[in-house]
Parts: sequence; structure tokens; C-alpha cells
Amino acid sequence: MILVFCELKDGQLRKPSAEALSEGRRLADASGKQLGALFVGASCAGAADAAKYGADAILTAEGGTLASYSSDAFAQVVADAVKAKGATVLLAAATAVGKDVAPRAAARLAAGYASDVTGLSMVDGKLQAVRPVYAGKAFATTSFASAVQVATTRPNVFPAAEKAGAGAAEALATPTGDFKSVVKEILAKAGGKVDLSEANVIVSGGRGMKDGANFKLLEDFADAIGGVVGASRAAVDAGWGLPHSMQVGQTGKVVSPTLYIACGISGAIQHIAGMSGSKFIVAINKDPEAPIFKLASYGIVGDLFEVVPELTKAAKAMGIGSN
Amino acid sequence: MKILVALKQVPDTESRIKVAADGRSLDPADVKWITSPYDEYALEEAIRIKEAKGAEVVALSVGTDAAKDVLKNALALGADTAVLLKGDGQGDAFAVAQMIAAYVKDKGFDLILCGNKGLGGDNAAMGPMLAELLGVAQANVVVKLELGDGTFSAERETDGGSELVVGALPAVITAQKGLNEPRYASLKGIMAAKKKTIEELDAAPAVAGAQVSALALPPERPAGRKLEGEPAAQAQALLQALKDEAKVF
Repeated sequence: MILVFCELKDGQLRKPSAEALSEGRRLADASGKQLGALFVGASCAGAADAAKYGADAILTAEGGTLASYSSDAFAQVVADAVKAKGATVLLAAATAVGKDVAPRAAARLAAGYASDVTGLSMVDGKLQAVRPVYAGKAFATTSFASAVQVATTRPNVFPAAEKAGAGAAEALATPTGDFKSVVKEILAKAGGKVDLSEANVIVSGGRGMKDGANFKLLEDFADAIGGVVGASRAAVDAGWGLPHSMQVGQTGKVVSPTLYIACGISGAIQHIAGMSGSKFIVAINKDPEAPIFKLASYGIVGDLFEVVPELTKAAKAMGIGSN
Repeated sequence: MKILVALKQVPDTESRIKVAADGRSLDPADVKWITSPYDEYALEEAIRIKEAKGAEVVALSVGTDAAKDVLKNALALGADTAVLLKGDGQGDAFAVAQMIAAYVKDKGFDLILCGNKGLGGDNAAMGPMLAELLGVAQANVVVKLELGDGTFSAERETDGGSELVVGALPAVITAQKGLNEPRYASLKGIMAAKKKTIEELDAAPAVAGAQVSALALPPERPAGRKLEGEPAAQAQALLQALKDEAKVF
């Protein structure tokens, strides 16, 4: 069996989990295996959605002791499920929880682990992964020596394709408690907006923004086209009050949206490393020699303080983002 | 309190990456090596705990003699002692976690700090794997850490938000940018570090779970085009192109 650790948000399957399931379905078909979806939590209502993405079996470890996320408890449940089902491949989406639980479960299973992968295949019955290294400056093909193979899939890379599966429900045992660590409180929520790593459209600002307050221009534009705002390291480190969580680059978030719009970003190697996986790149910069133009699908040489408000206006006039 | 800080030597972020002749590893020519930036936050946090409440700080790295630079720097910054687990530096995160776990076992560390990922390999796996092998608590991608009596409370970054993780010591905590502002080594620290020796041990045998079979550079991006005209015309042309050609909207 290929087992996919899935996450729910407000009773719905998270999109990165749907993507991991779809890829799991493809691998299961290629290797003649069953696909299992695994849910862990106080309530797994919504788990049935996994059948839409081809799950043959839907496994739920549902219980009060799992109401709050615990790295060690979740890793134990996941590893136990892999063993109970004789699964040889374990996938999870490379989300905050996925990246926390998958390597711990892998160690518990003495399994090799490939994180944040952008390509998967079955070679001679074993998983093979392609993953960005040096933040996307290179790609490593990873093969596994272990019996069980574990990987996390980068959000926004694998398509979430609907394909009906049997979705046979099965309840798993839950641990009794006494965990080594537990999440006590959610301090800040993502709010209505998606995280940068999951965003389909990113509008990003660099040193050329001149001040943190000017990011309002980017927010207005991002709102108009349904995007999320990011920033370069130069902007985050400039003392403009931008949080590090906005940073795109080798020492920040590595993103792969459909559209990345770089405003006032010159294109330092470490920034390019974090966004060169974007499908389309737009560069807006005063300096026609800025390295970012070498990557850009579309370039605008001009003053972002003139161009961006025009973009916002035009986007509203064209009704972009309203569909 | 006894703190271990695990440090990794990695290529500088401004390095251009070239593939070696073997087709599966990094060509080390022209690469400037640094301490992984996330590990610097881990080390700074250990030194701050030492300054605030007293602690013994042990810096550790796994690799060849080249990794001694990272340890010398850690000693200059305030680590009390340094240990190099000598190996070929080729193991995956699981192998490195096994080597460190074998060293840590029975040494009475209360806290193990490292970066949330090693820059370059970008696995973000060694910390949680080490926590599992040691059977201790973990908190990853931590931007704020407080220690109690045998307990910790850590704020960690999540997908667009943050959460508070509480747990028991010993624990493995992996650092994220924002945890602190690392200091520079003082001349006094650098001089003092010169008198200290780095303990060298053979790394324990370990089994790799995965290996890199090929390393390749990303494909060239197709040539783009520049949009001309006044700002309003450029804006209109861009959105039209994104809609009609790229079909983004």
C-alpha cells in the first residue's frame, strides 16, 4: 500500500493533501498497489473527501488525545499505520505539520526520507524522488535504500486530479496520552489568505519599495488579482517592520506559484533560488540591467510606484481575480 | 544545564552551484563554506541561555577536517567545548541523526539545538529524526524559546501562522530566523578559541536511508519579453498577456 498522511482544515481536505493523494494514486496505479489515506485528529469529519482523489481505503485515528497536534504522538500513529498496513511508501504534503511529522515517522520506521519533492516515480518497485537542493539552484534525484520510503510533496507542484476511489473506512487505535510535546495554543492564524508556499499568485517587493508602508501598493494589487504578498531578504532585513514569514529566498520561503510578480527586486542569487520554480515570472524594475529580467517571462522597465497602481486599476477594470 | 548545538558546514548563499564530474555531487571548486545560517541562530540561543542562567555549551559537527572551521567559529562565539564526529560527510539526514544520537546518548544533555534545515540539502529532517532516535520531544522552526524547570515552551512558525508548543526536556529544538540576532565573534573570543582544542571522534557506524543518485542544474527558462510604453499601457499589456498567453487569470 501507498499511504498518504492527510490534513483537514475546517472539516475539508487541505489542497496540498489532495495533491499528495493524487500523486499517490498515480504511483499506486503504476506499481499495482492500493492507496490509503490516513487522517489523525480529534475529529476526522471530512476524511471521506479522500475518496474523490482515488483513496481505496480511508484510515482514521480519531480521539480526544489527538485534539492538539503532538509531534511524537502523530509520528507514532503514522508509523504504526504504515506497519499495520504493510505500506512501503508514505507520503505527506510538505506543510508545517507534514514536515514535522514525516521525518520523525521515517526515523521510527528506519526509513529514508526525501523532503519537499517536486517529482516522484516508481523504479523497480521502489520510490525515486526528484527534489530541489540549494533552494532550487540544483535538483537531486534521490533513491532509497530502506524497505519503507518516505517523502513530502511540495505544495502547488502536483496537480490535484479528481478520480473516484472506493474509500473503504477503517478506524485505527489511538494512543492514550502522556506525550512528550503538544501544541498548547494557536498564536496566529493564517487568516483568510493562504500561506506563501501554497499561493498560486505572489506579488513580491524588494529594496526598490523604499519603505515598509509602500507595501500597501502591493497588497492592493495582490487583493485585486487574488494574490499574496511576499518580500525579498533585502526588504525584510531593511528594518521596515516586515515579518520574516514574508521572506522569499534561500533563507526564507521557497515558492512555486503559477505567477510571481517581482517589484523592485534586483534578483540576487539567493532570492532567485527561492522563486525560480514559479511558472511565470514578471519583473518590474527601474534598472534594465537588473538580473531578475533574465528570468522574467514578462518584464516592465519602469518605476514601480507608477506601474503597480496602474496594474491595480487595470486589474479591477478587467475584472481579473473576480472569477 | 547542558546544551548541545549541532552545526553544519554549507556553501554560502551567494555561491553558484556546479555539478561535479561524478554527476551526483557538488563541485567544491570556488565554493565559499559557511556555518548554515539557521545553525547560527541555534548557537546564539545556546549562548544566551548560558549567559542568562548558566549552561555548558557543546558545539558539534559531523564531517571531515574542513568542518573544524565551523567549530572554531562556535568556540570563538562562546561554546565551551567542540566535538567533531569524523566521517566522509556523505551520509543522509538519517545517517547523521544516528551518528549524533550515538554521541549524545547517556551524556546528559538537557537541550539539543540545531537549525530547522541545513542550507543546501534543505532536508529539514535531521532534528526531528534525532528527536525520535533519542525518544525525546521536538519543536521545529522555532522563533521564540522559553525554558522552565524541566520543560520548554516554544513558538513555532506554521503555514502562515504560529503556534505554541510545550513539552518536557530533554528536547530537540530547531531554530528559525527571528529566534534571535546572532552576534559577531569578539577579538577576545577569537583569541580564547585558539587555546581550545576540538575533540575528534570517529562517527558511529550508521545506515543511510536515501542517497542522491544524480544532481542536475534546473532547465533554462524560456526567453521572455519586455513590455514597452507608458505605465498605463504597460500595465494593460501585461495583464492581457497573462490572461491570453499565460492563461493565469
